[in-house]
Amino acid sequence: MAEPDRVRHWSRTRNLMLVMMALWLFFSFIIHFFVESLNQIVILGFPLGFYMAAQGSLIAFVIMLFWFASAQNKIDEDSGMAED
Amino acid sequence: MANTTAGKGDFLNNLGRVYTIYTGGFIAFVIAMAILSAMGVPNRIIGYLFMGFTIVIYAAIGILSRTAEVGEYYVAGRKVPAFYNGMATGADWMSGASFVGMAGTLYALGYDGLAFVLGWTGGYVLVAVLVAPFLRKFGAYTVPDFLSARYGGNIARLLGVIVLLSCSFTYVVAQIYATGIISARFLGIDFSLAVYIGLGGILVCSMLGGMRAVTWTQVAQYIVLIIAYLVPAIWMSVSKTGIPIPQLMYGEALQSIAALEQAQGFTVAAQHATPFSHGGYDAKNFFLLIICLMVGTASLPHVLMRYFTTPSVRDARQSVAWSLLFIFILYFTAPSYAAFAKWTMLDLVASGLTVDNIADKAGWMLNWAKADATLVQICGKTAADMVAVAAACTEKGITGALAFKDISLNADMIVLATPEMAGMPYVVSGLVAAGGLAAALSTADGLLLAIANALSHDVYYRMIDQNAPTARRLTISRVLLLVVAIAAAYVASTKPADILAMVSWAFSLAAAGLFPALVLGVWWKRANTPGAIAGIIAGFGITVYYLVATRYGAVGFYETWHGFSSTPMDMGLIGQLKELTAALAAAADDTAKAAAQAAIDEFTKANGKGVAAAAKFVELKAALAAATGDAIAPASVALDKYAQTIANWWGVKNISSAAFGLPAGFIAMIVVSLLTKAPSKAMQDMIDEVRMPRGKQVMEEKTA
Repeated sequence: MAEPDRVRHWSRTRNLMLVMMALWLFFSFIIHFFVESLNQIVILGFPLGFYMAAQGSLIAFVIMLFWFASAQNKIDEDSGMAED
Repeated sequence: MANTTAGKGDFLNNLGRVYTIYTGGFIAFVIAMAILSAMGVPNRIIGYLFMGFTIVIYAAIGILSRTAEVGEYYVAGRKVPAFYNGMATGADWMSGASFVGMAGTLYALGYDGLAFVLGWTGGYVLVAVLVAPFLRKFGAYTVPDFLSARYGGNIARLLGVIVLLSCSFTYVVAQIYATGIISARFLGIDFSLAVYIGLGGILVCSMLGGMRAVTWTQVAQYIVLIIAYLVPAIWMSVSKTGIPIPQLMYGEALQSIAALEQAQGFTVAAQHATPFSHGGYDAKNFFLLIICLMVGTASLPHVLMRYFTTPSVRDARQSVAWSLLFIFILYFTAPSYAAFAKWTMLDLVASGLTVDNIADKAGWMLNWAKADATLVQICGKTAADMVAVAAACTEKGITGALAFKDISLNADMIVLATPEMAGMPYVVSGLVAAGGLAAALSTADGLLLAIANALSHDVYYRMIDQNAPTARRLTISRVLLLVVAIAAAYVASTKPADILAMVSWAFSLAAAGLFPALVLGVWWKRANTPGAIAGIIAGFGITVYYLVATRYGAVGFYETWHGFSSTPMDMGLIGQLKELTAALAAAADDTAKAAAQAAIDEFTKANGKGVAAAAKFVELKAALAAATGDAIAPASVALDKYAQTIANWWGVKNISSAAFGLPAGFIAMIVVSLLTKAPSKAMQDMIDEVRMPRGKQVMEEKTA
């Protein structure tokens, strides 16, 4: 494997990691800091702040992980780093 | 499952068909039970059939998957497809506590219980992004294996083993405890006996076939537990709202709960959806608990080792996504389960529940109280029978209708009791019990395997006898599994602390002990051996100290650290408060009383509520010093119990102790790494290999 490929692969991998960590931080903590203001909004009987902790963030985590698996896979393939 | 023996290849090619037939068979069994129940077969027999049938199936899978190959035993031959590994991880992950205790916790804590839901799902983001794919590429058999290779040598390995043992052992005790509770209630046998029966169920799955048997049993257990969890939730949703999607309809449940709670005179703080107000979870503790649970998830060895079994790094990543999806299905149902159960209970109370009609309207409560005296309390006393209930309520002056707050149900019984609470047929109760058992057994299997593998592979094979032949390695592993299992069952039979608290300890221990070493090991080439050793010792040490000292040495902890506590002990202020209180007691008339009270309020406002709490501690301590003879023991218990409520650093709950250990671990590891020599070129090349999915595993095991 050529050396530049390896460097580029790792820097793209690291950037994807940072994006994932930022999203994780947002859905794990930041959104819930505002629970009391979000609770003023009620949709289908759910106070929004409560809903985000009970379901919203969870849905986000699941989608994030499937997206991550395919995004990282694409990075691996582009750099010729994917497994056979 | 008979056709699974035909050959591994056949079995792996036909996974979809095998498990579809299995699921169909299980549903047919449930329907058969419903028919038997309708024909008048007694509940006790139905309970036995549910437990017996499922355990026999797991045992059959365990026996069919027996193996004598090391690679199969430790990592299921690394051939488990991402989808099925996700399902197995789901069962491995969802413990007796998640299944039995989570909805109960949400029932009791409302919004604040959601910290568990968030923490136990969001952690998988860390697993997928930071840890699992790299460990898979590395190709170890155990987590300490990786630590040893990355941080050269047996010191890191041994520390890893110690952390693994301490977090997995508390966790496995909790699982066996859960199997004991379920078996005791549904089979009507003694708790201690039930614990050992549960143990038998665990051992048949894991002993013969190691990881391979555990994997295929866990997939089967996931199917049972998810059906068992969804059925009552859907049932309640249909009966309350007419629509079978509880996750969607519990918005309506929340509204009804709020209305009924208002009718019961709940303050806003006590209401279900109000954040940061239940069980001592202020915003700080809520978020710290989420961090500890998430990071703990990404460090628990029995979870990480599941990703060693996938065929490739790519599959490992996909497998984490599947795992989270399967876990999500249960966790996003749990809050709705809790809400519907609470709605049902509030409805029951609002329908005019009185001391006299409780046996007719809610006979199930008395049955549960009979199974375990600590589970149901009515009017503040154990509801042993109608006479005891009547006596307790008369004593408290409650004669007419009971209020919601007069009835206290243990969090661990909510899920199991809900079918009876909502008037479902007994077959649903049996199904839920089978699900709870599946959840506890599958997690216990994974944990026991993690412990036994660490002892046999890391300690025995790697550290004691590098030349041990395969047969002896596997025999030693099986013997150790048995020994650890019996030890865990013994501890569980002594009924220590409550399930959820013990499980949460494991998360803090794993988080602080392993996370910095695992993550920095991959993401920071400069991390070296002395750094990792310092990080593990500092992180794990502080966490253990905080956990143990605030729980078992609370008096001493508080006296040492009261300056950092949320209630500092300032003798000057305590003296002032004492004088003010004395003035209130001595006040002659109402005007003087009001003035004295106002002075106390003023003082509390200026100095915080902590002074009163500290004063109470000083008072209890004086009482202990003054006590003689028989009075010493109760005075000492009272002091210790009170000290546990105030022994802390900055008000952080014991359950989130990694809040201190985790940063300490990171700081120690980074500082010591920077102060010592950088890792060798060979080590840095190895890290490059681990970061790159392509190519051979870094570490190839001798498999024969």
